[in-house]
Amino acid sequence: MGLLERFENGDQVALARIISRVENRRTGYQDILARLYAHAGRAQRIGLTGPPGAGKSSLVFRLGELLSASGKKVGIIAVDPTSPFTGGALLGDRIRMQDLSLDPNIFIRSMATRGSTGGLAEATRDTTMVMDAFGFDLVLIETVGVGQVELDIARACDSVVVVFVPESGDAVQAMKAGLMEIADIYCLNKADRDGAERLVLELQSVLGLRQRTNNWEYPIIQTQAINNIGIDDLWQAIKNHREFCQSDTSPEDRQKERIANDLLTIVRGKVDRRLRSVLRDSETFEKVVADILAGSTNPYSAAERLVAELSTALTS
Amino acid sequence: MADLMDSAKKGIEQVLSKSDRKKYEEARAKFEEQRNGADELDGRKFITVSGLPIKDLYTPDDVAGKDFVEEVGFPGQYPYTRGVHTDMYRKRLWTQRLFSGMGNARQTNKRYHFLLSQGQMGLSVAFDLPTLMGYDSDHAFAKGEVGKCGVAVDSLKDMEIVFDGIDLGKISTSMTINAPAAIILAMYIAVGEKKGVPSEQLTGTLQNDILKEFIAQKEWVFPPLPHMRLIVDTIEYGTYHMPRWNTISISGYHIREAGATAVQELAYTLANGFAYIEAAMARGLDVDQFAPRLSLFFNSHLDFFEEIAKYRAARRIWARRLKEKYKAKNPRSWLMRFHTQTAGVSLTAQQPENNIVRVGWQAMAAALGGTQSLHTNSMDETLALPSEKAALIALRTQQLVALESGVTNTIDPLAGSYFVESLTDQMEEETEKIFNEIEQLGGVLAGIDKGYFQREIAKSAYAYQKQVEKGERIVVGVNKYVMDDKVDIPLLEIDDSVETEQCEALRQLRQARDNAKVDSTLAELKAACKDESKNLMPYLVECSKAYVTLGEMVDVMREVFGEYQEPPMF
Amino acid sequence: MDKIRVLLAKPGLDGHDRGIKVIAAALRDAGMEVIYTGLRQTPDKIVSAAIQEDAQFIGMSILSGAHMTLFPAVAKLLKEKGAENIHLFGGGIVPDQDAAKLEEIGVGRIFTPGATTEEIVTYIRDTARDLPEETL
Ligand SMILES: Nc1nc2c(ncn2[C@@H]2O[C@H](COP(=O)(O)OP(=O)(O)OP(=O)(O)O)[C@@H](O)[C@H]2O)c(=O)[nH]1
Ligand SMILES: [Mg+2]
Repeated sequence: MGLLERFENGDQVALARIISRVENRRTGYQDILARLYAHAGRAQRIGLTGPPGAGKSSLVFRLGELLSASGKKVGIIAVDPTSPFTGGALLGDRIRMQDLSLDPNIFIRSMATRGSTGGLAEATRDTTMVMDAFGFDLVLIETVGVGQVELDIARACDSVVVVFVPESGDAVQAMKAGLMEIADIYCLNKADRDGAERLVLELQSVLGLRQRTNNWEYPIIQTQAINNIGIDDLWQAIKNHREFCQSDTSPEDRQKERIANDLLTIVRGKVDRRLRSVLRDSETFEKVVADILAGSTNPYSAAERLVAELSTALTS
Repeated sequence: MADLMDSAKKGIEQVLSKSDRKKYEEARAKFEEQRNGADELDGRKFITVSGLPIKDLYTPDDVAGKDFVEEVGFPGQYPYTRGVHTDMYRKRLWTQRLFSGMGNARQTNKRYHFLLSQGQMGLSVAFDLPTLMGYDSDHAFAKGEVGKCGVAVDSLKDMEIVFDGIDLGKISTSMTINAPAAIILAMYIAVGEKKGVPSEQLTGTLQNDILKEFIAQKEWVFPPLPHMRLIVDTIEYGTYHMPRWNTISISGYHIREAGATAVQELAYTLANGFAYIEAAMARGLDVDQFAPRLSLFFNSHLDFFEEIAKYRAARRIWARRLKEKYKAKNPRSWLMRFHTQTAGVSLTAQQPENNIVRVGWQAMAAALGGTQSLHTNSMDETLALPSEKAALIALRTQQLVALESGVTNTIDPLAGSYFVESLTDQMEEETEKIFNEIEQLGGVLAGIDKGYFQREIAKSAYAYQKQVEKGERIVVGVNKYVMDDKVDIPLLEIDDSVETEQCEALRQLRQARDNAKVDSTLAELKAACKDESKNLMPYLVECSKAYVTLGEMVDVMREVFGEYQEPPMF
Repeated sequence: MDKIRVLLAKPGLDGHDRGIKVIAAALRDAGMEVIYTGLRQTPDKIVSAAIQEDAQFIGMSILSGAHMTLFPAVAKLLKEKGAENIHLFGGGIVPDQDAAKLEEIGVGRIFTPGATTEEIVTYIRDTARDLPEETL
């Protein structure tokens, strides 16, 4: 039996291998995606992001446990950074989730950022789509909320949970970091620690300043992942958010927006890859840099030229 | 007296009179002009095993301005840099303590009777991995590990056999166990009681150091907080009921083995010690009630002088903290007594006989550092449990150091060495820096939670490995003077009979004992676990007496306390 | 060529993880993706994790002497789950005779004390080149 057939029969080995092919951009991966796309579109995508060590993996573990117990099939993607110097990565989120390893309802996949800006958001989205097509009801995506890329990934989800801890301190600071604005739900984990109440108050006051595009009331949920407390509340909030979105916009509109988003990411990824290959292959690139250095041209005019080259590459 | 103090104060500075100073400067200038000044030779860096850079020469300038009395002083006097006892090894040599463990309770008991008949006064108990992790021998996780690296203890029954025919009022027992230490102590108290020896008369040491487990050896059961509570429970219980018992041995050995540098070993271990002290004080104990019975346990690694400086600095830091920060008034609280074991990780599988020599100078460093007791490793320890011959050579090694080398003739012979004194100061300074880092993280527990220690140790281990692979650090037989000797790993005898017997004994025990009593003592234990104000020791003693197994007690506690998972640290 | 993904695991009760962490760092620095599953993993959890992660390699560190139980258990599960093309190798105190027996059941190299990280990296790279391809 071929991989795709096994995939369609619900074989996890095949699912894992297909994710790799897609992630590695192996020849033929687009055909795979195109074929699987027909089966996708049902899964609810939930992003969890927040500062390092906030308890994201622990929360994902607890949510996974809860959802699996109620018969839901859950795919989990845990993203960790690739070392920019060596291209390697140490992926350790699984440690917290290993107790779900044997659960037939759960599939956990660790992903490294692999350094490419546009590429990561695209690869995560593709992996989500593959999981969706495999038949998962939900896909939980954990990213560390530090870089723009991670924020992009979170943004592509149906609901975004931003995880804080009492030690996070100055919530206004976090607002500036861009983390706050992407949240649909605020989760204050490690609520067993001192300072939880204070941070909730602080968050509430900051939330008053947040720009709104709709009537969604941003909830602040307190959890203790290690003690398995507050996980129901968190799940309820996620469900509420889904219901809100469903009532706020028509299914067609949401579908349209989702397709538009997907399309944009895919196009961006392609353009990005072409661009990079143009820049890499272009004999002129080094020369252009040298020219700018020598003062014979400037970055603006040079960029025009390179974009023109890219357009040729795109149409050829 | 004031005179004496004054002259001592100026210390080494005084070595140079005014006219000498001029000559000294000239000689120094000449040296500086002629020196080679390189920081490596053939790629081998002049750094300690911990990576501290070492200068080509140390001179009086390196100890200038040092206050002799305040910083070095005299043995048996604050701050104890030169040793905790006035006469040190001229009155009594260190205790030669070899840690050993084997199979089942019966075999262990036989071995102990033999050792005692040979004049040994203390016993040292090694437990098998399931016991160390709080599992009974018939637990699925115990499969294949029962009785392998020590004795399997499931219940009071096993403890009764281990100590059968041994007078617990006379001998002292050292027990290397951490996560379930309180349970094992409870069983020991129960055995004593059965033999008519009240807990007040029991002497010995319990390792009972959970912080280094979270940091390095990774044998934990519960999360850090409940574990800390258990430790304070044992300290508190010991204070009132076991005045001759050392409830904790604060261990740097395992931290070092996991890859820490000497400075990290020193800083982390002392920080752990202070964390226990603070926890016990927070319980309402007076520091002088328990501090005299705290002891430490360090590693003796390859870098001879660095190790000596480490022990000297450790005593000084400990004494100062205890006196100044924790306001201990009893001088016995200021003394840092310690046990040493030579570094297992420094031994090589290649050309194993070379290890005898390594252990030799490691033992000597421990002696020059003023250790109270010493375990010397066997040359074949990297590959298997030591053979009898190798164990004997290891024992002889420390006896040679003690009796033939002459290093025990005078106290702290390296004091006043420009190099050793300045390295001692450097160790102290570096340690203080790490203390600051730990404080900024919010203390030892916060550091564990954030994976700080684990990460730093892993970094050091990796850096060390890279140095060896690049040849910046020489390991004879591994990256230099390599011979084509095949490393022969001896085949392990798999003797599963211990496991079968142990499981059968457990089955019988569970049938024969009064199970109503088991249930009621366990229920009381559980209720006490939920009540923070309760000291768990009396409950554990009651459970032990009812032949509740170790695994059953741990299970009940786990239900209340939860389990711990390591933070992913990279 | 695909990114090399290695799952490193420490089965059994023993918690001495210095070696496995050094290897993890070395493999990362060699450009590989290392999935670390933590201490005290049972064979079935290790295999399940390796499958989900689509690791080409499982590296296990065993110092407690239980290697003749744990390696065969993992090898057997890999076969049962149709994932026998995941290459299993390891490190620890394993006598030659035992290593030979393990080789017979399909286990790869066992690195003994004194092996360098360089040797391990080279071994993985060389083996990766020969791993079988799968058809869609
Ligand atoms: N006190 C407390 N600790 C918690 C809680 N939840 C998680 N932790 C601890 O916080 C630490 C980090 O947890 P993780 O789940 O690994 O956090 P993370 O956000 O996934 O971390 P990274 O992926 O490394 O960024 C662990 O030691 C957890 O045990 C909680 O509710 N209370
Ligand atoms: Mg995580």
